[in-house]
Amino acid sequence: MQAAPAEPSLPFATRLWLAWLCFFRVLVDGAFAARVSGARAEPRLAPAAPPSQFTAPSTSSALQLLSLLQREGRLVDFLQQDITAFPDAEIGVAARVVHEGCRRALRAHAEIEPVLRQAEGARVELAEGFDADEVKLVGDVRGQPPYAGVLRHRGWRAIKLELPLIVGGHDAHVLAPAEVELG
Amino acid sequence: MTRYAVGIDLGTTHSALSFAPLEGEEGERPEVMDVPQIVARGQVEAKPLLPSFLYFAHESEGPQALPWEPDRTFSVGEFARARGIDAPARVIGSAKSWLSHPTVDRRAGFLPIGAPEDIEKISPVEASWRYLEHLAEAFDARFGGGESSLASQDVVLTVPASFDASARELTVEAAIAAGIEKLTLLEEPQAALYAWTLARGDAWRKDVRPGDVVLVVDVGGGTTDFSAIAAVERDGSLELVRVAVGDHILLGGDNMDLALAHLLRHKLESEGKPVDRAQQASLVHACRVAKERLLGDPSLEAAPIAIASRSSTLLGATLRTELTRDEVTRVVVDGFFPIVAVDSRPTHRPRAALTELGLPYASDAAVTRHLAVFLARQAGALAKLQGASPQTGRTPRLLHPTAVLFNGGVMKADKLRARLVDTLNVWLGLDGGEPVRVLEGADLDLAVARGACAYALVRRGKGLRIRGGTARAYYVGIESSVPAVPGIEPPVSAMCVAPFGMEEGTEAKLPPHEFGVVVGEPVSFRFYGSTVRRDDGAGVVLEDWKRDELDELPPMELTLPAEGRSEGDVVPVKLRSQITEVGTLLLEAEPIRPLKDGERWRVELSVRADSEEGG
Repeated sequence: MQAAPAEPSLPFATRLWLAWLCFFRVLVDGAFAARVSGARAEPRLAPAAPPSQFTAPSTSSALQLLSLLQREGRLVDFLQQDITAFPDAEIGVAARVVHEGCRRALRAHAEIEPVLRQAEGARVELAEGFDADEVKLVGDVRGQPPYAGVLRHRGWRAIKLELPLIVGGHDAHVLAPAEVELG
Repeated sequence: MTRYAVGIDLGTTHSALSFAPLEGEEGERPEVMDVPQIVARGQVEAKPLLPSFLYFAHESEGPQALPWEPDRTFSVGEFARARGIDAPARVIGSAKSWLSHPTVDRRAGFLPIGAPEDIEKISPVEASWRYLEHLAEAFDARFGGGESSLASQDVVLTVPASFDASARELTVEAAIAAGIEKLTLLEEPQAALYAWTLARGDAWRKDVRPGDVVLVVDVGGGTTDFSAIAAVERDGSLELVRVAVGDHILLGGDNMDLALAHLLRHKLESEGKPVDRAQQASLVHACRVAKERLLGDPSLEAAPIAIASRSSTLLGATLRTELTRDEVTRVVVDGFFPIVAVDSRPTHRPRAALTELGLPYASDAAVTRHLAVFLARQAGALAKLQGASPQTGRTPRLLHPTAVLFNGGVMKADKLRARLVDTLNVWLGLDGGEPVRVLEGADLDLAVARGACAYALVRRGKGLRIRGGTARAYYVGIESSVPAVPGIEPPVSAMCVAPFGMEEGTEAKLPPHEFGVVVGEPVSFRFYGSTVRRDDGAGVVLEDWKRDELDELPPMELTLPAEGRSEGDVVPVKLRSQITEVGTLLLEAEPIRPLKDGERWRVELSVRADSEEGG
């Protein structure tokens, strides 16, 4: 929490004079009295809102992505089915369907590249001011940069992600419509 | 105001549009426009290819909204193609193949075939119009319409080289209906060559020199198209002349995928695993992917194929099989590109009467055999060409290409390219020719759209233009006035109305052969085209010809309005022909004794061949 910024303070003589003026004006001017009353109450009723660091994500594009991966690669079908009882061969067959379709969808809609281009297992140097969003330090983490370490995972960065436009009124919560065959 | 040069590839399975600003830098590559289209219910996405499918939504589905049009009862593009699998009776595909179908009325509404009653069926012309309209609307939405609307731009629209005068005419009708005003037609193989020169930059002049003959082999999703383009030297500079085009062959990648799917379906069913309709569609798609992998990567022995069931259950209900290298070699490489002798010819199976309303798919699947016919029929294509290197010694039995340019998705496969080139080289070797070179370096999926745009620039003086004019000579049938004998057709002679190689914007002078036309009644003329008779001048009358020299086209029709004349009168007319700036054949009848200056009537092409036969 951040403290609300303090008002500059007035000298005592000025305050005495102001109190004297206010005493009489509050007695004779009802509207002024109401404003003073409001000024007194304000700090308690409405503390300055701290700038929020957390935002709730909009879920509509996430729903759309799920719908896309289901349409192209049956991802929701795959994740919703209990696979514990199935042999690996069966899971492998289904995984091909899911992998082929989801990969096609991902490639068509997103551009993804590794955060670091070096081979995994290579030694990498991290200079001062590296971005902690981009690189996570693991293992014996201490001391100050520059660091030298072994690249364990190259990381992924989405260069872009483009999803279809949605027509107004479309219900994004329907990830896949039920299908009813007529005739 | 004209701001852009635009090229449109109106394909059998996909369409695309590319554009380049006219004030752009020299050598700027045309850009392919992403076309917004419905990809799933309520979702619109812009993609470079627009599948040439049209879906009539059921009223329960509500409007098929696009960013520029909230209420529409049909959709074009990816969603339409997907609906072709789960609601096929409401979907039109292959409209372009119908557009070139000679024995149906292509202006009559009969698509989708077998559609339910709530759909007002449309004609092949209208389906093509809808695809072009979608592209035009997408263009206007992107560039803001008004002066930048597609109607104001120079548009080049591609057609198969094998499209005859009437199929071209119908394509133009569709484009005009879609609001395209400044239009020129271009043959697809020529577009592919323009795209190739664009991709190569100035270096292409090192690859193609005077004396070269480039064979363009274009195998798309639904059609196979051959063209030969010769490079000659004229007045010290290089000139490209399209010297020959092949027949219209309805044979393409889709047939190959279907053949593979058929094989795998048998394999699955013999293991007791039935394949339903939706799975069949997935199987075809999976076969295409597996085929491309196997033909592109010689180290693979088999490609796995997994087909999910339609239910939400994935595990335990997914069919698994594989496509082996042997199978793809047997079915696609040897089946569609067999090693054949140069004199082998496609087989023509007689068709059952019931296939009348189906498309005239090639009855022989061998692309190599169709190629052999093309090269043999066009052996004399260079004979009259000034500046072509003289063919020495004995007369060749084949047209000898020196280079090959591939186009169309199928020809991406190394294995198929190699098979075609090897076969061709054997033929050429036996006929005393040299092996061909392969011209590399064009994107086979988008080349035609890009090349069409390049041609729009060429027409404004930016780059070298391929000449060639019409790829056919056209003839009108004249029935001789012998007494009618029941059961015997009166002999017909053919008068050439447009010679081979007529250029755009030119007119042919015809001798005053008179036809008597009855006022107020439609008069039908038989109509023929030839891709091989290069020497017949306008007005030449053929009494007889070899069987495969002239192809009969849908008849043309003339109706003289009664205006100023009495109904039933016979008016003597003569014909005149021109190739319009757009690239279509225009035939007009001019009365010998006109009632007013410049009186003439248009002869309609592409009328239905036979009212009993058509749909």
